[in-house]
Amino acid sequence: MSDIADRVKKIVVEHLGVEEDKVTENASFIDDLGADSLDTVELVMAFEEEFGIEIPDDAAETIQTFGDAVKFIQDAA
Amino acid sequence: MFDLTGKTALVTGASGGIGGAIARGLHAQGATVGLSGTREAPLAELAADLGERAHVLPCNLSDPEAVEALPKAAAEAMGGLDILVNNAGITRDMLFMRLKDEDWQSVLDVNLTAAMRLCRGAMRGMMKARWGRIVNITSVVGTTGNPGQANYCAAKAGLVGLSKSLAHELASRGVTVNCVAPGFIETAMTDKLTGDQKSGILGAVPMGRMGTPEEIAAAVVYLASLEAGYVTGATVHVNGGMVMV
Repeated sequence: MSDIADRVKKIVVEHLGVEEDKVTENASFIDDLGADSLDTVELVMAFEEEFGIEIPDDAAETIQTFGDAVKFIQDAA
Repeated sequence: MFDLTGKTALVTGASGGIGGAIARGLHAQGATVGLSGTREAPLAELAADLGERAHVLPCNLSDPEAVEALPKAAAEAMGGLDILVNNAGITRDMLFMRLKDEDWQSVLDVNLTAAMRLCRGAMRGMMKARWGRIVNITSVVGTTGNPGQANYCAAKAGLVGLSKSLAHELASRGVTVNCVAPGFIETAMTDKLTGDQKSGILGAVPMGRMGTPEEIAAAVVYLASLEAGYVTGATVHVNGGMVMV
């Protein structure tokens, strides 16, 4: 797994308090990992900080799964 | 009870009577305070009087960029931002028939929009810390309305709606958002009233006297405390019984 994916996973695990093996490619933050809408905003803020990037609101809305997040950050970084 | 040792608090309008008393009240409970206001001299005077744990953070609340920068400056100066008290307020009283757009806009800008920006800037750190207190100072007239103050009343009522919505959004993060609504308080703002106006208002106050800034500060200290952790979305009316809601 790429370094970016590891770092994203670490943030998700810490923030949502879920088991690491639950954070799979297609795991939806809200449907599978128990996030609420505010959690998704906080995750995006945490990604922005970790990777020093800016994730605009319309892009943030498209980040629904762990895989979405990794892909967006890979493309942006 | 109500110990705020180790907490950091930003108070806007700290150069005024109520804001100064709020800063003193929070400071007396052990908090580090950030004193914000437009006029630097009275802020520096208050900071010198308080001694340690007091920082002067001048800010013109009608300047959006300055407002955006304030929470960060406060967090840097104090090492965090746990408590935000939006106290600053201005009036441009005028019968509504004669109210100009700029009288409306300037009051909304400072009393409502600046408070919104400060809430937005402060909440991020509070959410992360899973602890925060936002106290917005409204006014009894935000509930009752007042002739000559359509702009001021609209802004204060708006602040109540903003606070309740934020209270919903932030409750799960340990952040409470409440309002304190002063009634008729001895300040420079009420000094401007004529003797007739004063006695007219006092006739409607069961306590038969004006309130003091310290009596507002006490309500703020309570809402900022650990002990008030289950109080959110509320408005505490401190008005001597003038309006009972």
